[in-house]
Amino acid sequence: MTDPVRIALVFPAVLGTYGDSGNAVVLTERLRWRGIDAETVAVEIDQPLPQQADLYVLGGGEDSAQALAVSKLSDGSLRRATDRGAPVFAVCAGFQILGETWLDGRGDVSPGLGLIDCRTDRLEGSRAVGELLVAATERGIGVLTGYENHGGRTVLGPQAQPLGSVQAGVGNGDRAVDGAMQGSIVATYLHGPALARNPALADHLLTQVVGELTPLDDSDALALREERLQAVRSAGRGGRRRQWRPPARDV
Amino acid sequence: MTNARYALARTAGAAAAGLSRITRQGDGTTVGGRITLAIDPRALEHAAGGRDLALVTGTNGKTTTRSFLVAALETLGPVVSNAGGANLPTGLTAALARDQTSQCGVLEVDEPFLPRVIEAVRPRAVTLLNLTRDQLDRYAEVRRLAGIWRDVLTGTGAPTVVANCDDPLVVWAAGPATDTVWVAAGQRWHDDTSVCPECGGILTRSGTDWWSDCGLRRPVPAWLTEDRTVLDANGVRHRVELGVPGAVNVGNAALAAATASLWQVAAADALAAMRSIRSVEGRYLSTTYAGSHVRLLLAKNPAGWTEALTMVPAEHQQVVIAVNARAADGRDPSWLWDVPFEQLAGRYAIATGERSRDVAVRLRYAGVDHERIDDPAAALAAAARLGPVEVLANYTAFQTYRKVVGSAEPRVGRDD
Repeated sequence: MTDPVRIALVFPAVLGTYGDSGNAVVLTERLRWRGIDAETVAVEIDQPLPQQADLYVLGGGEDSAQALAVSKLSDGSLRRATDRGAPVFAVCAGFQILGETWLDGRGDVSPGLGLIDCRTDRLEGSRAVGELLVAATERGIGVLTGYENHGGRTVLGPQAQPLGSVQAGVGNGDRAVDGAMQGSIVATYLHGPALARNPALADHLLTQVVGELTPLDDSDALALREERLQAVRSAGRGGRRRQWRPPARDV
Repeated sequence: MTNARYALARTAGAAAAGLSRITRQGDGTTVGGRITLAIDPRALEHAAGGRDLALVTGTNGKTTTRSFLVAALETLGPVVSNAGGANLPTGLTAALARDQTSQCGVLEVDEPFLPRVIEAVRPRAVTLLNLTRDQLDRYAEVRRLAGIWRDVLTGTGAPTVVANCDDPLVVWAAGPATDTVWVAAGQRWHDDTSVCPECGGILTRSGTDWWSDCGLRRPVPAWLTEDRTVLDANGVRHRVELGVPGAVNVGNAALAAATASLWQVAAADALAAMRSIRSVEGRYLSTTYAGSHVRLLLAKNPAGWTEALTMVPAEHQQVVIAVNARAADGRDPSWLWDVPFEQLAGRYAIATGERSRDVAVRLRYAGVDHERIDDPAAALAAAARLGPVEVLANYTAFQTYRKVVGSAEPRVGRDD
């Protein structure tokens, strides 16, 4: 009997505002469908980060939640995980706090966890809100589709590689790239959730944990990808960057 | 001068609304209100005309709670209200302009417009239901909305606030108000309040109680809900028999009864008046389609979907999940992954709507047996062939389903 593969979902109640907790569901189920025992371990904000998880997942969140998450993870627990090579997948706010610095709700520069060589400040103009397409740098992953919703501009330093180049949307807001890869960390601005829309990226992460994987029937996810790619390319962009407007439910 | 301008604005608005109805552009509420407000920018204030009003706002339950409160206050006399759900200043202006005689009114107000509406109509009471994530592509952060409310509930002439003490964001928003009636209306969804809205620290929960180190904590409620009962401010227990399903609606009924008590309507009378409501603008509508019983549920965001899933009766083994991602729905359907669709395992689901592919992928990972049918009418027909159906739809998809079952000449209001 081997232990199940453990996917740690880090602080879902504060880093899960945009459905990103789904990334952990996707990783766990894709192992189970292949007959590999796996479980999602949700780590709540008042609990210590488990040291023996096989993969760590962080999602998006509001400014105050970001500050709280940084304060909890500053105990070195996540650094110990990456030091031993455990994969980390981080989205949006989760991405920003892994960097050297990020901007808090008041616009003050705050220290991040320093696990990615990047710094986040403010995008010029309005928030980046809309469909995002990213051509992945890593071979075999292809074009990533998702939805971005952030006000941060993230500038990568020399130690970090981009996840891919932006084909539509904003991404990092610097040098037309999105996300970051450094050591065992993969980070992005893609919601959707990213791994539900892009099963190849999910399997890329899982391969780091369990080695080579058997193929799955992903026809439903492929149909979704096809629809989104087409929607973005035919519309120029599914949702442009736009400023806050009142709701249109009153119709 | 002012009144002459408003009279002209009102007449022009009514004419435009009539034209819109004749040309079948819509029911004319919004266009009529827009024209009235264009001619007289203070038309909302003039249309309110110093009448005795209650406002209802919150992420979920506005329309149902408004309808409960209208029923309760109608025990006293005629009540003007924005039936139809047009809850922006345009819709409110049109509703008030159409009925100039009712001295009492209940208006549901879209969350970010609460300050503007309070300013214009000077209500006696404001009922705050809940605040949770919704349409994040527009609002970005839910705490921001709580902050907008917070700024208008204080000062001279501020309304009495009737508020849900089980939602920390509502409590924080109502904090500066001086005259508050707290109602323990319940809240199943906690995922937007792990962090204290006041200090950013951890919010601790224990049973129904919650608190933060900074001192923000659950106020002592004057009204309580417990299972299917409401305990009023005098300590009298009332068994609540509603025509609409869901524990969340017992909470909404308690909030409406607490608000009606400000008009001296006895809790027993208020709750009895709500009993006849079986469907509210299509929500909870029970009907027959292709020979099977069908019920419609509207759910717009994760908190609403989480509540709606608890309402699906055991005998409804077929579930239609209809999701669009238009502007009014929110353009990003990532929220589907915040909804515990795993609870549908064992039933048969049909994914439909403009984002049916997102739904299908979500259902696969949730382990729910399903198929995907693009056309909403075909999806409902396929489900109804198998037996009774629960339709769960988000905002614009729901409007489509009202038309789909409407064209099947349903027996409206049946509840079995």
